Amino acid sequence: MSGPPDAAPFPAVLRPIEAVGRGSLDLVAALGRFGRFLLETLALTFVPPFKLSRLVDRIHFIGFRSLTIVVLTGAFTGMVLGLQIFLVLSRFGAEGFLGPAVALALIRELGPVLCAVFVTGLAGSALTAEIGIMRITEQIDALMVMALSPLRYLAVPAIVAGVISFPLMTAIFDVVGIFGAYLVSVKLLGLSAGTYFGEMQTFVDRRDIMVGVWKSLCFGILVPWVCTYKGFHCGHGAEGVARATTQAVVLSSVLILVLDYVLGSLLP
Amino acid sequence: MIRVERLEKSFGAQRVLRGVDLDVATGEIMVVIGRSGGGKSVLLKHLIGLLRPDAGAVYVDGIDITRLRGTALDKIRQRYGVVFQGGALFDSMSVFDNVAFPLRERSRLSRAEIARRVGEKLGQVGLAEMGDKNPAEISGGMRKRVAIARALVTEPEVVFFDEPTTGLDPILVNTIHHLIQDLHRRLHFTAIMVSHEIPEIFAIADRVAMLHEGRIIESGAAGSIQASTNPVVQQFIRGELEPAERGASQYAGARA
Repeated sequence: MSGPPDAAPFPAVLRPIEAVGRGSLDLVAALGRFGRFLLETLALTFVPPFKLSRLVDRIHFIGFRSLTIVVLTGAFTGMVLGLQIFLVLSRFGAEGFLGPAVALALIRELGPVLCAVFVTGLAGSALTAEIGIMRITEQIDALMVMALSPLRYLAVPAIVAGVISFPLMTAIFDVVGIFGAYLVSVKLLGLSAGTYFGEMQTFVDRRDIMVGVWKSLCFGILVPWVCTYKGFHCGHGAEGVARATTQAVVLSSVLILVLDYVLGSLLP
Repeated sequence: MIRVERLEKSFGAQRVLRGVDLDVATGEIMVVIGRSGGGKSVLLKHLIGLLRPDAGAVYVDGIDITRLRGTALDKIRQRYGVVFQGGALFDSMSVFDNVAFPLRERSRLSRAEIARRVGEKLGQVGLAEMGDKNPAEISGGMRKRVAIARALVTEPEVVFFDEPTTGLDPILVNTIHHLIQDLHRRLHFTAIMVSHEIPEIFAIADRVAMLHEGRIIESGAAGSIQASTNPVVQQFIRGELEPAERGASQYAGARA
């Protein structure tokens, strides 16, 4: 924002107050830009022309390219859960509840959250860097002077791809995690497979699955929103892109945990 | 066609434009010259609606575009072609797709017609065989020519060139200048160019305007600017150091 360059400076005693005021105004303005970015993007999502080829490309970028890391982290998360919960439950002779405990932990909490955090580190950071480089090399300006909306080309496909990809990747994370816990508890520690899966069917119902689905849908909007916004508003040069990428990953990860708590409180 | 009136722009405490006045007539090549960091690109970004001024106006055929937003501004931009300083080619697309992009997105032409027009434009800039390459695989001079082809493929009325020869060797500078002059002769667009290529730019400009300390201090036919008696203009054309810079240069020489 440019201000009047010859405005009279504040007296020295008032400068700390001025700094607080200016900081507050900047924060409110930044939050306003952040919210407006999402609203404009969501509005464009439902207005043709739709960029289907861009959407498919973004699903590949966010979803398919993250599959390996989702499967790997899902498997080891499930194995660790299986081992630790088995050790705790065996103290009380309650190993039979291992299946539901692992499934509920994964489906309601760990699946959506960990999957979103890992995809943020992998695809979200790449999304910010890609858009940031487009910003500093004037490719976004080029779209604007062609009378085309950069949001339609860059933000809309990323957010729609997130909404499609995140629940699917979370489902894969959950299934692989449950199988990982099965390997540890049944194949290594000797729990019966019937107990593991039978009790799971008794204690996990549709509401638990829907909690996970809603969370992953929300994270599917949140992560591309933060990462594309940071790319669009990166600073100058390579340093600006690097800083924007770091901020995108940190902010996304923090907001995932905050939103997880809020959704966990609101959803049944 | 384009008239700039008392345009002012500051970034924080830095006043970049301090009341720029400029007229560009239909069909001419207007070149804005001035020192690096003097606000030439900022002025250009106001003309294409990428920046909004603190004060002043930019009229395109009588319409003040600084007050336009959304589709109204897009309608004006559809008459524009812009060659950015670095080319601003899309990394993820081939040379052919870069040039075809505005046609695919903004027109309802058939694939065959788009391919014909793209081939024609790439031929005009001497890159007919380069369509399959990615921007990263071609030289800086070629990227500039692809950017020119992309800017012209929609047959715009006004083409903006933001330092189209920056970073090129002297032969490529002349090649690009001759290309712009040749295309201008054939396609009859209005060209507004920002440049500090002195004296080469005087060979292709119809008129030249000198931007200095945020104001246009002199404008006129290329010959009259070369013959100007304004010491600042002459100092810039001859590439002479300012007194402060001369002192710093001598100090650096003495230390060395």
